[in-house]
Amino acid sequence: MQVAIVKYNAGNIHSVVHALRRLGIEPILTDNPTLLQQADKVIFPGVGEAATTMQYLQKTGLDQVIKNLTQPVLGICLGMQLLCKHSEEGNVDALGIFDIPVKKFTWQKGLKIPHMGWNQIEQLKGPLFARNQENDYVYFVHSYYVPVCEHTIATTQYSGPFSAALNKDNFYATQFHPEKSGDVGSLILENFLQL
Amino acid sequence: MLAKRIIPCLDVKDGKVVKGVNFVNFRDAGDPAELGAFYSKAGADELVILDITASHEGRKTFTDVVERVAANVSIPFTVGGGINELSDVERLLKAGADKVSINSAALRNPDLINQIAANFGSQVCVVAIDAKQEENGEWVCYLNGGRIPTERKLVEWAVEAQERGAGEILFTSMSHDGVKTGYPNEALAALADALTIPVIASGGAGAMEHFKDAFELGKADAALAASVFHFGEIKIDELKDYLKTQNIPVR
Repeated sequence: MQVAIVKYNAGNIHSVVHALRRLGIEPILTDNPTLLQQADKVIFPGVGEAATTMQYLQKTGLDQVIKNLTQPVLGICLGMQLLCKHSEEGNVDALGIFDIPVKKFTWQKGLKIPHMGWNQIEQLKGPLFARNQENDYVYFVHSYYVPVCEHTIATTQYSGPFSAALNKDNFYATQFHPEKSGDVGSLILENFLQL
Repeated sequence: MLAKRIIPCLDVKDGKVVKGVNFVNFRDAGDPAELGAFYSKAGADELVILDITASHEGRKTFTDVVERVAANVSIPFTVGGGINELSDVERLLKAGADKVSINSAALRNPDLINQIAANFGSQVCVVAIDAKQEENGEWVCYLNGGRIPTERKLVEWAVEAQERGAGEILFTSMSHDGVKTGYPNEALAALADALTIPVIASGGAGAMEHFKDAFELGKADAALAASVFHFGEIKIDELKDYLKTQNIPVR
């Protein structure tokens, strides 16, 4: 199986490479449109700032390539937020696969921002969580969130529920980092590879 | 519910894990990648790996260590020690670290925090603070692993670090480190009340109750320890079971 990871100006792409290697998969890291289109699975990872990253994707034409992929695609963290319609981070229009805007956590007494650490996923739906349990812990680091919507396939509580994962057609996305979520995260990546 | 994090800290010298008791005496406790994977399996939520090597060759060895940890460990890890400029941060992130921790370099050049946040995001930037409680009760920040006092006060510096873009504060009490009588809970709580970013308690763990106190009394988001884990005095899975019985949310 050929797994392609979208190579762009975001941090921490290598942790996804390591996680796949631990599952016996040697992924390719590429920004080549043809290689991305031909892969069996595409992972769109990301740690970074939304507006800067969107500019880069538009400049390189990767925005159109990603939007038009037809095989299973997994957006992770910023990757998930960029698959949404719009982000409050830098007030930027994003790829719009998921018709929902990305919002900033509003600070209230006692609430730490970023939402950082291990939190539970609930109301799990669909094959991405085929072998996971309700209330499994996964690792999050983010200051912006996607509200619960029709595409939500997992929720997490942080001063209220938000979308921990999304799915629409061939597009899947997680706000958390499966590649940093120990055995639970490995299972989710395996589930994705089996789609 | 967001879990409180348990973080083993690995001090690494020439590629091997060591642990200082009050920053002076060292005992060897193994290979960082192996120990990291062991802790990950045992239920550690994150790792902190500190390079305490001074030499240039040591730097290169440490980068190799970071690469090996990244390949073998599936939980987040922070690296620190010897980070003085943006290029050090880039090198360590490229090697696979999730976050970097800066200490003396941030005190000497606070703008480094802004630079890291602007280039790699706040979530990457942990500001570590070594502080000691003076006789007048004030907490004073120290440079160089606790050897040189500064004019900075703990809470004031932590707030500035947050404003500059730090994503987390790792607070080590020089007065408590290595003596195993518990974390400095009052100072931790003062930090938690003054900050909107997470606080990691460090220095002083000797018993499982100390972790509970750091979370409850100290309002810490995470607790870090080294020797109690390295020498098996506290087992992470047993610690987590204990914290659950105390109604502390843990993974």
